Amino acid sequence: MKLELKGITKTFGSLVANDHIDLLVEPGQVHCLLGENGAGKSTLMNVLYGLYDPTEGQILVDDEPVVFKGPGDAMAAGIGMVHQHFMLIPVFTVVENVALGNETTKGAGRLDLDTTRRKIKEISDKYGFDVDPDALVEDLPVGVQQRVEIIKALVRDAKVLILDEPTAVLTPQETDELLDIIRQLKTNGTSVVFISHKLREVKAISDTITVIRRGKVVGSADPSASATELASAMVGRAVNLSLEKAPARPGEATFAVRNLTVTDHNGQHVVDDLSFDIAQGEVLAIAGVQGNGQTELTEAVLGLQPHARGSVKLDGKELLGRSVKQVLDAGVGFVPEDRQVDGLVGAFSIAENMILDRYDRAPFAKGIGLKPSVIAAHAEKKISEFDVRTPSVTAAVGTLSGGNQQKVVLARELSRPLRLFIASQPTRGLDVGSIEFVHKRVIAERDHGTPVMIVSTELDEVLELADRIAVLYRGRLVGIVPGNTSRDVLGLMMAGIPPEEAGNAAGLHETAATPTTERHDGGGHA
Amino acid sequence: MSATTLTPTSPKAAAVDKPVSWKVPVTLSVVAVAALVVFGSMAPGASATFGISTDRDLLQLPALTVSGVAGGWVCALAMLALAGYSVYLARAAAKLPAWVPIVFGALFVVGFLIWVVAGARTTSISLAGLIAGSVTLAVPLVFGSLSGVLCERAGVVNIAIEGQLLGGAFTAAVLSTVTGSVYVGLLGAAVAGALVSLILAIFSIKYVVNQIIVGVVLNVLISGLTGYLFSTVLTRDPEHFNAPGRLPIIEIPFLSAIPIIGPILFRQSVVGYLMYIAVAAVWFGLFKTKWGLRVRAVGEHPQAADTVGIKVNRIRFWNVILGGAIAGVGGSFFTLVAVDSFTKDISGGRGFIALAALIFGRWNPIGAFLAALLFGFADNLQSLLTIIGTPVPSQFMAMLPYAVTIFAVAGLVGRSRPPAADGIPYVKG
Repeated sequence: MKLELKGITKTFGSLVANDHIDLLVEPGQVHCLLGENGAGKSTLMNVLYGLYDPTEGQILVDDEPVVFKGPGDAMAAGIGMVHQHFMLIPVFTVVENVALGNETTKGAGRLDLDTTRRKIKEISDKYGFDVDPDALVEDLPVGVQQRVEIIKALVRDAKVLILDEPTAVLTPQETDELLDIIRQLKTNGTSVVFISHKLREVKAISDTITVIRRGKVVGSADPSASATELASAMVGRAVNLSLEKAPARPGEATFAVRNLTVTDHNGQHVVDDLSFDIAQGEVLAIAGVQGNGQTELTEAVLGLQPHARGSVKLDGKELLGRSVKQVLDAGVGFVPEDRQVDGLVGAFSIAENMILDRYDRAPFAKGIGLKPSVIAAHAEKKISEFDVRTPSVTAAVGTLSGGNQQKVVLARELSRPLRLFIASQPTRGLDVGSIEFVHKRVIAERDHGTPVMIVSTELDEVLELADRIAVLYRGRLVGIVPGNTSRDVLGLMMAGIPPEEAGNAAGLHETAATPTTERHDGGGHA
Repeated sequence: MSATTLTPTSPKAAAVDKPVSWKVPVTLSVVAVAALVVFGSMAPGASATFGISTDRDLLQLPALTVSGVAGGWVCALAMLALAGYSVYLARAAAKLPAWVPIVFGALFVVGFLIWVVAGARTTSISLAGLIAGSVTLAVPLVFGSLSGVLCERAGVVNIAIEGQLLGGAFTAAVLSTVTGSVYVGLLGAAVAGALVSLILAIFSIKYVVNQIIVGVVLNVLISGLTGYLFSTVLTRDPEHFNAPGRLPIIEIPFLSAIPIIGPILFRQSVVGYLMYIAVAAVWFGLFKTKWGLRVRAVGEHPQAADTVGIKVNRIRFWNVILGGAIAGVGGSFFTLVAVDSFTKDISGGRGFIALAALIFGRWNPIGAFLAALLFGFADNLQSLLTIIGTPVPSQFMAMLPYAVTIFAVAGLVGRSRPPAADGIPYVKG
């Protein structure tokens, strides 16, 4: 099936999300849409999938113009989509999820799940998926959930499969498996539209690359183009993909975690017997696939987890069991993983957000009153220092772009004298320019002599920033390895393989650095 | 790849600290000790007599007579043993089997009945009558909670059950009187309930108004409207507007004469039989059909349903309407079965009890049915006990159904999981 988009424009109020986009997906081709977060890729695909009505433009299937009133029409035309956030019902079984909307019945509207079960088995056998049709979706790992989504599309005979940021939630190994699946799909004649901002994957899988920037197609690229070229096309200016940083000069280990265990409300150990140190002037990156205890670890340090035991000591003083305020006053700076939920109060002004942790003391307060002029002056100083692009410090923080919001959080957290700096997913959803800025500030704080803990699920970021890397798997520490450990070894460790074995396994295939080797194999840079 | 042959060394499932909950063992122990004091040491000297057969039963079983002292001690000691068992299990960090609290609850009810009946002025009650009456009183609750199941499974909170019951009761009374046919009244009740739901559906789905607020306002509106019409029209000319007559009791020959079960299952009005059909139909529909799969999907994750081409708001709309119609039929029970006229606020808050039954029944039609039976039992027990003259003041007895409701919903439900999108409007894009 040949799919063509002609002059697609989609506006939300005054915001032009897509501006006359043309796209041609040839049959049996893997077509990559490359662009930064917020470039308009997802909007375009939602238009194609019938979730949004295009403001202007036309969709053609095999040269025939079509109008999709809803996802049902798009599916009927042979378009399947795997959304970035899976559209699966957690409390349903796999077979129920696959059947939904496409049910076979046996009279009187009775569900006939056996037919669907058989179809799932056919597809699973064909592509080597190992999926139990009667498992509850909420019990499945994300990689398997993604396969359920692919099965959902294939059961409906999708000829074009759209994958929206499919690797965001996967381990490197799962990513490789996904790329294999895409190759098989292509061999079977299914076209794939692969949306991503990760250059490595895009280069590995695509036949054609279309680059989108600020809602416009800025050109197409060949998969053989260099990563730097692709990144420049995506960002619109020359980019330096590697961070200049001096080697760490670790001092005394002032932050010590001993046998930290955090349990959730079911008694499950979400953080299980963790022990590690961070020295002054050192970045320890916590790597791992999302949901392996990273969030709980940072929250336990900050005092947000009610069921934590063990010991967390900063400068020899115990932090566990103290209130959040006491922890902050001990000199802990914290950038939470979700800035909009935990980092900022969206409706408050930039100036107010800048003092959320110090509103009650001099120089920002006197008695029960705030001192607005001091607060505003402080904010003015910080927005120029942290390059926050905003018309005014009185603007609501919720109106800023993600990158600028994150800069506000950083400005707040880094403008106190710190004894420990924790940043969770510090660059999630940011554009390349903001990522560069955030990374520089993190390294600056390190060079200032602060112990730094970075939690990131992005291997690129981990390799970029880390002096040492601690890998978490199911709440346990798989191992702590040097910052120049190869990508393959880290990938295996993220799946729970201990560093020694991972090193051997990775070594069988390529002469990649084992965790004990000091040499950097260069894999850290896209 | 050799990498795939490696297995993670960390255990598949992370370690678990079983949270030892002392809530249940402590509650059971306290109740058991209280039972020992009240049912055992304060047992009345008389015996309690429980009639099992009614005159109309085929098989006449002799009445059961239990000595207050012996019965009280036996029940209390058995309860104490169960409480001890639960403490033992909690100390061993083992899971408490579900039968323990159920048997405990049953023993408490038996012990309470023996104690209260033996201590009453009339030391004899009809067990068959007590149970049959419980089912009868549960009828509107069952319809109400089924209405709630249909709405909430699709993601719309229906606080307006009370209003739907009341609207159904009023319409049934007036239409039956005017047309002279109770069956037209019954149909009218369904339509009235659906109309109340229509307002709920339009405001909460189309205009995305807070569902709780719309529901509460509807309850007040229907109460005010029917109350006004009752005092202006119905009381002035009851013969022409408020004399609906009753739905006949249909007895199924032979089967209805089985002791205890007969009157419950086979000696009912149309509304009673409809209740059993409705419970089975809603259960089958929700869990065995294509329609039900879609309804549950819409209530759990509407966006996922939308992306597979399901019209979320259309399903929600029709479910709310259907729920209203079912609650309306339940409302007709008040004016066509229980009594044969409408009075102001005749539903008396049972819509809210139905809501509790829905939660206690964990959003499952059969669970809601059983929960409604429990509340019906408490309701019937209090009126029965008032009649036979117990030592407990009648005001306390009148609190029984509501006390049971609060205890059941707060204490016994535990962590139950409502549909994930319950109460959250779906706005596309």
